[in-house]
Amino acid sequence: MTGFAVAPAPHLPARSTVRRVMGDVLVALVPGVIAQAWYFGFGVLVQIALAILFALFLESIMLRLRGQDQMPWMGDLSAPVTGALFALCIPAWSPWWIACIAMFAAIVFAKHLYGGLGRNIFNPAMVGYAVVLIAFPLALARWPSPEPLAAHTLGVGDLLQTIFGGHLPASQGFDTLSQATPLDTVKIEAARGYTLAEIRGDPVFGDFGGKGWEWIADWYALGGFYLLWRRVIHWQVPVALLGTTILLTVPAWIADPDVNPLPLQHVFSGGLMLAAFFIATDPVTGAATPRGRLIFGAGVAALTLAIRRWGTYPDGVAFAVLLMNACVPLLDRITIPRAYGHGRAHDE
Amino acid sequence: MRIHRFHGGLKLQGRYGAVPSPIKGCALPLRLRLPLVAREGMVDPLVSVGDRVLRGQCIGEPRGVGARAHASTSGKVVAVETHDVASAHVARATCVVIEPDGEDRWSPLPRIEDWWHASREALLERLHEAGVVGLGGAMFPADIKLAAPVETLVINGAECEPGIGCDRALMIERAHEVVHGAAVLARIVDARQTIIALEDATRDAYATMESALRESSLESAVLAQVPTHYPQGGERQLIETLSGREVPARGLPRDIGVLCHNVGTAAAAWRAVVQGEAITSRIVSINGSGIPRAGNYEVRFGTPIAWLVEQAGGYTTGAARLVAGGAMMGLSLAHDDIPVDAGCNAIQVLDEATVRPPAPELPCIRCGECVRVCPAQLLPQQLFAYLARGDWPRVQQHKLDACIECGCCATACPSQIPLVAWYRWGKSELRGQAWSRELADASRTRFEARDARLRREHEERAARGPPETAAVPTIRKDEVLAAIERGRARREARDPGHPSGGNGSAP
Repeated sequence: MTGFAVAPAPHLPARSTVRRVMGDVLVALVPGVIAQAWYFGFGVLVQIALAILFALFLESIMLRLRGQDQMPWMGDLSAPVTGALFALCIPAWSPWWIACIAMFAAIVFAKHLYGGLGRNIFNPAMVGYAVVLIAFPLALARWPSPEPLAAHTLGVGDLLQTIFGGHLPASQGFDTLSQATPLDTVKIEAARGYTLAEIRGDPVFGDFGGKGWEWIADWYALGGFYLLWRRVIHWQVPVALLGTTILLTVPAWIADPDVNPLPLQHVFSGGLMLAAFFIATDPVTGAATPRGRLIFGAGVAALTLAIRRWGTYPDGVAFAVLLMNACVPLLDRITIPRAYGHGRAHDE
Repeated sequence: MRIHRFHGGLKLQGRYGAVPSPIKGCALPLRLRLPLVAREGMVDPLVSVGDRVLRGQCIGEPRGVGARAHASTSGKVVAVETHDVASAHVARATCVVIEPDGEDRWSPLPRIEDWWHASREALLERLHEAGVVGLGGAMFPADIKLAAPVETLVINGAECEPGIGCDRALMIERAHEVVHGAAVLARIVDARQTIIALEDATRDAYATMESALRESSLESAVLAQVPTHYPQGGERQLIETLSGREVPARGLPRDIGVLCHNVGTAAAAWRAVVQGEAITSRIVSINGSGIPRAGNYEVRFGTPIAWLVEQAGGYTTGAARLVAGGAMMGLSLAHDDIPVDAGCNAIQVLDEATVRPPAPELPCIRCGECVRVCPAQLLPQQLFAYLARGDWPRVQQHKLDACIECGCCATACPSQIPLVAWYRWGKSELRGQAWSRELADASRTRFEARDARLRREHEERAARGPPETAAVPTIRKDEVLAAIERGRARREARDPGHPSGGNGSAP
């Protein structure tokens, strides 16, 4: 007689791990990161490294404070994903303490004080971004001019001095290096009474969105397709988000193209593409049901457009995502799918 | 015919080795231990220690929902004892232990060769006599399941799980038994249509079945190839694939005019009717990384799993888990001194490298992969969250009862959460709650009835008015004293030695 240890079925190991899921997200970000670094300088990479380091450091401290083991929790790669997604939202020359404060809000408050991995209600990267956006609006509004438009760019030494010293070198000024983002331009110029045809004559605009920006969006979309192929994200969020953006903007644009931007300009501007594939698709803070994800994506799109049109911030993706995060428990309850052999959930 | 799709499921073929088709015999072990297990109720042993039995002789009679048990070889009964069995319902059961005499003599039932002229009742009676049960794993008595007529008969040749090859081997080597057995079953339930379903990965079985079907000239039967997609062999999923219709929750396939039987059951029915053989053995696949060679064996019921493993080449050094059934849904066994029964379609032995590690479980990240693969269209991650916090109304709202425990969600889960174990626990907990609710309801009904009766009696008494006091006779003290005196006198007259009396010696 040979004895064996018993365990519940199934007996084969799971096909995936949290580490693989998060690792796939990081891999999928690579094309977009390269594009963003190409147009906005290698400071993008410095910001990502800074944010990831802060995130991991704070994660480790919080695990210790909560009395949990360092492994496997440090190895699940969820903190680096939070750090990287946040770093892509801020200007490449932001001072180092921006990332520090944002990661403190993200990892300590949004994640661990809500119970850690899997229990947070709000997207940590967006909480971090929203906190620094509200606290330091000026620092976050000053984006460097994208590569094809930049008259001057910062050298490596000057850039590092800006990030770690907290100010530009004496010989340089933000006036010559930075430029209003395309969304800012639309907001400011439209307020001054210009038509969109006139506004779009500004050199910051490319075919659809801003020069540079629209290419970065393309590369993020490429990473998004990789995630769809790897079955890390579900199709409902990006389809609903991008589809709703176009559906809501087409009638307005047809009615009055002088005031309302081209639908594709909305799609290719700001953080919409990054949100569609990487941020609104965060599983923990998103809806659990297929129909819930459709509503979630549509809600993010509608709120983003509303903030862009009527809000004081040029882009509203972060706030839109956070507001929809708050709706998730409700969405999960009203969109329960019909189980096999059962009528609709609320019929019984 | 049109093939539909069921929701979710997994492509699993690549993760299992194929089981080669030749069905090998399994040598007679030194002792056979035949479990007497019923679905509900129990099976009473009909033999006692010292009896000589023949193969096919009935040794256990069911009480409740169960099937007859038969000796699987000829020999002597050496014990009737309680022993560990491989069943999802009970851990231990009464077993009849037989020491084979090596002659393997049969005690056959009379053959019913012209079965198409036999009455339905006679055929059902034969299946009952022969102890034919569902060989897909559920072991439900076939005669009970076949009792009422039905529109469509589905013969399930889609393996329960990849890595199990017993149905494929049967269809390749004994196709005519399956085809004729299907005809016998169709005759019993008066089915208008018979569909024999097998997976598209088993092309060799399709070829043999097709030629067997052509030779048999059974017009009402068709072969259907279904996608090889786990859990295709699940009854509800197969019916959805073939008809596009769902079996109602808490209902049976019969409710939509379908009856589903395993190919092995069909072959066993044919043997029982035409050959007069009671069911005493089955084909068992043995597979997995913990044994040197996979294979299919014709195994007598009661054969110890240890003996079967030895026939198949023994364990490899890394063998870490023994499973009765498949690696997705099978039952993990604590040791191998457990007998093979009719429900044991496979033995999987997994080694340390392939077995699911006692994983560092992470929290659910709500990735939704479980929702994508769930064939019951449930929200496994939500069910898990509600179970973990004991929110029973929500667990029921999310239809835990529709879970078929296929294991797709747990296999897809990146956080390594043993979801199926949670659902089993939740189901048994809900059953327990329903049971105590029933008990409480019964007690309340009884109490209310008693209360009402007492109140009614009280009111009736009140309506009759006060009892008549005159009817109660008064007893005077001198009469009592006189009676005591009379008694004492009588006792003294009978037994003068004991003047005191009252010592209990009165007649």
